[in-house]
Amino acid sequence: MEILVCVKRVPTVGGAITLTADGQAVDTRMSGFTISPHEECAVEEAVRLVDRHGGSVTVVTLGPVEAEEQLRFCLSLGASKAVLLEACGAGEFGPIATASALASVAESGAFDLVLLGNEASDTGDYQVGIRLAHLLRQPVATGIKALSVAFDGVSGSVEAVSVEAAREYRGVSETFQLPLPAVVTVKEGINLPRYPSLPGRLRAKRASIERIPVQFAPEGLRMRTLRVPVAGQHTATVLGHGVDAVPDLVRVLGELGVLS
Amino acid sequence: MTVYCLVELDAGTVADASLRALTMARGLASARGADVAAVVFGEAASVPVAELAAYGVMNAYAVAVDGYAPQAWARAIAELPNLAGSLGEGASSWVKTDTGLAVLTHDHEGEAGPAVLAAGTDHGNEVLAHVGAIAGLPVAANCVAAAPAPGGGLELVRQRWAGLLLEDAVLDAPVALLTVATDAVAAVPADSPGPVTVHEVKPELSAGDLVVRAEEAPAAAGGASLATARVVVGGGRGVGSADGFAPLEELASLLGGVVGVSRVVTSEGWRPHAQQVGQTGTKITPDLYLACGISGAIQHIAGCAGARHIVAINTDPAAPMMARADYALIGDLHQVLPALIEALRAR
Amino acid sequence: MTEAPTRARAVIIGAGIVGNSLVHHLALLGWKDLVLVDKGPLPNPGGSTGHASNFIFPIEYSKMMFELTKDSTEQYQELGVFTESGGIEVARAPERMIELKRRVTQAKAWGIPAEHLTPEGVHKLVPYLDPSVILGGGYFPTVGVVDSLRAGTLMREKAQAAGALTVLSGTEVLDITTAADETGHERVRSVVTSAGEIRADNVVICCGVWSPRVARMAGARLPLTPIVHQMISVGPIALFAGTTGEISYPIVRDVDYGMYERQHGGDMEVGSYAHRPILIWADDIPSNEAAVLSPTELPFTQDDFDPQLEQALELMPELLGDEKAGTRYAINGLISMTPDGHPLLGEVPEVKGLWSAAASWIKEGPGCGRVVAELMSGRVPTVDVHEASAARFYPAARTAANTRDRAAEAFNKMYGIVHPREQYESTRPMRVSPLHERTAALGATYFETARWERPQWYATNEPLLDKYAGRLMERPAEWESRWWSPIINAEHLALRDGAGLVDLSAFTILDVTGPGALAGLQNLAVAQLDVPAGRVVYTSFLNEEGGIVADLTVMRLSSQAFRVVTGAADGARDAQWISDHLAAGAVLTDVTSAWATIGLWGPRAAAVMDDVLDEAEKRTRSAFPFGSISSVEIGGSVVLASRISYVGEYGWELHVPADQAGHLWDRLWDAGQPHGLVPVGIGVYGTTARLEKGYRAFGAELTPDFTLVEAGMTRPRVKAQAFIGKRAYLAQREARRSMSTAVLATLTVDSLVSADGTPRYAMGGEPVLSAEGSRLVDSRGRPSYVTSAGSGPSTGSHLLMAYLPARVSPVGTKLLVEYMGEQYPVTVASHGAVFDPSGSRMRG
Repeated sequence: MEILVCVKRVPTVGGAITLTADGQAVDTRMSGFTISPHEECAVEEAVRLVDRHGGSVTVVTLGPVEAEEQLRFCLSLGASKAVLLEACGAGEFGPIATASALASVAESGAFDLVLLGNEASDTGDYQVGIRLAHLLRQPVATGIKALSVAFDGVSGSVEAVSVEAAREYRGVSETFQLPLPAVVTVKEGINLPRYPSLPGRLRAKRASIERIPVQFAPEGLRMRTLRVPVAGQHTATVLGHGVDAVPDLVRVLGELGVLS
Repeated sequence: MTVYCLVELDAGTVADASLRALTMARGLASARGADVAAVVFGEAASVPVAELAAYGVMNAYAVAVDGYAPQAWARAIAELPNLAGSLGEGASSWVKTDTGLAVLTHDHEGEAGPAVLAAGTDHGNEVLAHVGAIAGLPVAANCVAAAPAPGGGLELVRQRWAGLLLEDAVLDAPVALLTVATDAVAAVPADSPGPVTVHEVKPELSAGDLVVRAEEAPAAAGGASLATARVVVGGGRGVGSADGFAPLEELASLLGGVVGVSRVVTSEGWRPHAQQVGQTGTKITPDLYLACGISGAIQHIAGCAGARHIVAINTDPAAPMMARADYALIGDLHQVLPALIEALRAR
Repeated sequence: MTEAPTRARAVIIGAGIVGNSLVHHLALLGWKDLVLVDKGPLPNPGGSTGHASNFIFPIEYSKMMFELTKDSTEQYQELGVFTESGGIEVARAPERMIELKRRVTQAKAWGIPAEHLTPEGVHKLVPYLDPSVILGGGYFPTVGVVDSLRAGTLMREKAQAAGALTVLSGTEVLDITTAADETGHERVRSVVTSAGEIRADNVVICCGVWSPRVARMAGARLPLTPIVHQMISVGPIALFAGTTGEISYPIVRDVDYGMYERQHGGDMEVGSYAHRPILIWADDIPSNEAAVLSPTELPFTQDDFDPQLEQALELMPELLGDEKAGTRYAINGLISMTPDGHPLLGEVPEVKGLWSAAASWIKEGPGCGRVVAELMSGRVPTVDVHEASAARFYPAARTAANTRDRAAEAFNKMYGIVHPREQYESTRPMRVSPLHERTAALGATYFETARWERPQWYATNEPLLDKYAGRLMERPAEWESRWWSPIINAEHLALRDGAGLVDLSAFTILDVTGPGALAGLQNLAVAQLDVPAGRVVYTSFLNEEGGIVADLTVMRLSSQAFRVVTGAADGARDAQWISDHLAAGAVLTDVTSAWATIGLWGPRAAAVMDDVLDEAEKRTRSAFPFGSISSVEIGGSVVLASRISYVGEYGWELHVPADQAGHLWDRLWDAGQPHGLVPVGIGVYGTTARLEKGYRAFGAELTPDFTLVEAGMTRPRVKAQAFIGKRAYLAQREARRSMSTAVLATLTVDSLVSADGTPRYAMGGEPVLSAEGSRLVDSRGRPSYVTSAGSGPSTGSHLLMAYLPARVSPVGTKLLVEYMGEQYPVTVASHGAVFDPSGSRMRG
């Protein structure tokens, strides 16, 4: 199987997010960068699929040249090829332009499957995978937490023909059958991603990364500024210490109306 | 122009998240002197007319698509006759391009176009993303506020980083496509409920629109949905082990709720990821979140910020969760929970 | 949620290993009303303690650091959080094999178990290490790991259990207020926290990497910078799956590549000091709320670590090359660095009652806590920490820019082979003598002391090498020839033959004036300072236990004016000691920058002086007895001439206003040419001439660890007036015969020849052994080691000084000194001077 995984360089945030003085970006001086947790799982899923079924994993990102760091991270996990869509021009690429740039890479290779994270943790647009699928005229399933590949069993060949993709929604299990080639966006929980091994890191360090420049184009949805939500003045009522406070807790639960 | 709202049903009634979306849709409509129309997938008979009326819906479109097929749902919305019609004869139309994509063209100068809203749920975000892809229009996901911009278009506030940040944005598009953050907008009924006219819609769908459709089955976990549960009993690192969750399960069942967990718990493999509350898990909106042994990393807070009330039990009074809670009990959950269960049983 | 008290005897800021240790030791010393504040949560508030690799190598070249580490290790052991693992420093380069000899020899001096290992020997202890890529190793079996967070918790809880301590976690310090006290000093007044204001008599900064930020709140500068130390944790390691506990294999320091590998449960931690120095500003450290992992665990910068990967894989190919083992944790961990690598302990110079216990690592944390608690209690600290004094730097050396430059330069030397005389390169020159242009024109090679540039020797003296050929004690071994020149010894001989001119402008000069000046200084000095104006007195200052804390000269200029002259390295600290103990009516003024000092000594010095003195004064020259000071006119300048000597020759220290220093130098230079006057560097002044005369130097022979009796510096009489340490001093004198445990002696090396036939020259720190080769330790447990070493060109001997147990101290006793793993015969030569023991040359 040939699998393309799309990832995005995003700031690593721990606790409170701090912004740059102009409110245009997250202050990353002390936080560094990563890929979204969903995307780590996408890479892991791809690597497991090719480990099991053969083939190779290509990883692509649209971002600044520094995003090579994230591509090399993916290479260290087992991807074998990486493409950097080098974002040129000022401005944050929107989901339409991003999908279009990714489509150019997806179309340039014969990929059976394109994997993405369900949403990028920074912008949270929830749409790049779907837009990409439309551009590729391929079926798409999103938010997937279980994925298996069906092969053409009749001919005995190893050609993957479809994937079964499942997720849960409001207590209901939803399963999608997608003929390949297809696009699937996954969510954390589909697997437990591995950590890069030292030999993996060495391979990643030595790998060459293809660079393709992409020009920025504005979209209809434009960010003006970012801000940190103002937390309301809030004081917790301390009910007390240990089991002695249990009667008070029961009283509070009653007041909150959760005791039937 | 009409503000459409995709309304999801939950056991025959309007899903909580959709009530919130309807509330925002109504606000946007009234700011623009427009009306709210609901889009419900199902038979006309299944449309919860009274609930929709209570939320100020004037028209409801019952779209006959069998089951959940996101692209088909999107196609149906994009081709709603009234949506297209409202754009004006000749001035705008859905145009199929040679790539098979539909592109909406509309000369909307001086006039606000229609809007389509959906709850920022997996389904809502997914369907509107398809609408955007089909129509070649931008989609603003997880909005918490929307208002007409002075020069046309919309001024939006939307969540980023699962709500840890807010983005002030401008949406400039012939048709505004928005999803509504499930945890940031309260569901408020309209002051003056009106009559609802139900329209039946039978969309024209291609085979391609129906390739991807959900086969539905009860979830393996079987229990109530974390996203919609009224009570969530949360467990974090302080629970200490997979076995440590027994009292949490017991308490959850006593309170008619479900168990939710922090990321460390799923990373440790103590509980399945489906129970994870937070930025990369489920965002919950219960009446009560009882957080036990959860320190309250901001990624977790992002998932439970929509809870109406939070009670935290923790040995560390300085834990962020304790500061975030409405009520805090300082103590070891391994002692407190058994005592609480006993007290509840005794009632 | 804990209420902050409104008053405290001491507020301790920072609940890392140092702060916790400090509250424990303060409680042990009887302190109550202590408040420990940390903005982070407990037990891991997010400082460097929380991410430390937590291992302790006992070996240090610095005696102070060794002792702090030893005390800390013992404290960890008492708390039950120490696990012995052993540790090995492996050599990849031939030069490192030599360095390991030096390390193992140093270990012997301090009594630390250590041995050399072959590659196979290393492999036997560390089976996953590839022996073919190393040349050998140095094994330190007492290396171990500690649980520093647990230790901190235990110590904090002990203080709480004693009812001495309130702990405020999650409480941020917003400000430290100060106010002038009755003597005009700024003194701490309160700590303003997010939980309220706390009035406090003492405030202690135990804030690790945040310390400069917190100090600045009180208007103080702490020369400390956060710097990144990269560490990764790789696992699961299959081999470790079968081991129990935290560590089952010795820690490996791959010193040639600046790395360590240390088992931590199922993982292998690999740390590096090889990457580029990555400095952070204390103000830029993220808050606990904004930090990704913790404030001091910054995002890993993979590119910086990549070069180390291959080296680590080469050393442990199978273990680290396992594809199933992943990098589970990787950080740019913040640690504290100071300009000289030592902690910052004690009261800060700018603000009374504001203490520093900062820049301490895990290995010395508990010891630093103890020492600062002792200092705060007015006690003599268990470990002599004058080299870690928070007051040791002059203001310029405390600036952020200089601190950062030095930290950046020192970072990659962490595991490097650092020569004891090695000089820093950054931020130089910083402080220069007004004679700098002249000495530079003479080809001076400058060594730095307390940021002063001091000429060590002069290239223009190279012709003297021919003149003194055969007497230069040249050093064929590269190691000892480094940062050294035979010109030093030639200058020495030229000084003793004719005259030498020495630029001593780096001296710290402190004027103490006012009606209380005499009383104030009398209270500090062992020697009688109530002398007639016009006398200079050489004296020691003691602490209450009779340990030596300063060694300097005091000139009485007039009835109410004294001038203290002390070494550049000691000046800042001495100034604080004087300032701390002066009573009302005396004012201390640092006039260092106003005065230049030129030394003129040698058998022809008098003749040179005669040529420059005005006629009238020439006749009075004979009225300059030793120990006198006199205001004289030389070439139109008024010069304060002080008849003392540290080189054992007749002559003067000439103090002249800085603006006229060049003028005076030129007069002396011109006058000296017919008399064989040469410029002489500090190589002679501080080492060769001093050692021949047996003069003791502060920090080497004179430290609080030894007494004046042991140093052989008692005077015939004890002055009637009181002075600090007098009671102890009297007791020491009383007991000198029965109790004397150590005797300072000068040793001559009988044979310099090493096994390969090359003459070798010990340089200091080496163990002194009995004739049978066993360690010498006095009855108080203090080992004998070389305190100073250098050439004695006039005596023809390589000279060493050392404190010896009394039984082996008689002149003529044969002993051994171990250097670089070989033993050399030495003889106790003198308890005083080996050159001109009667001092006749000095009297002229």
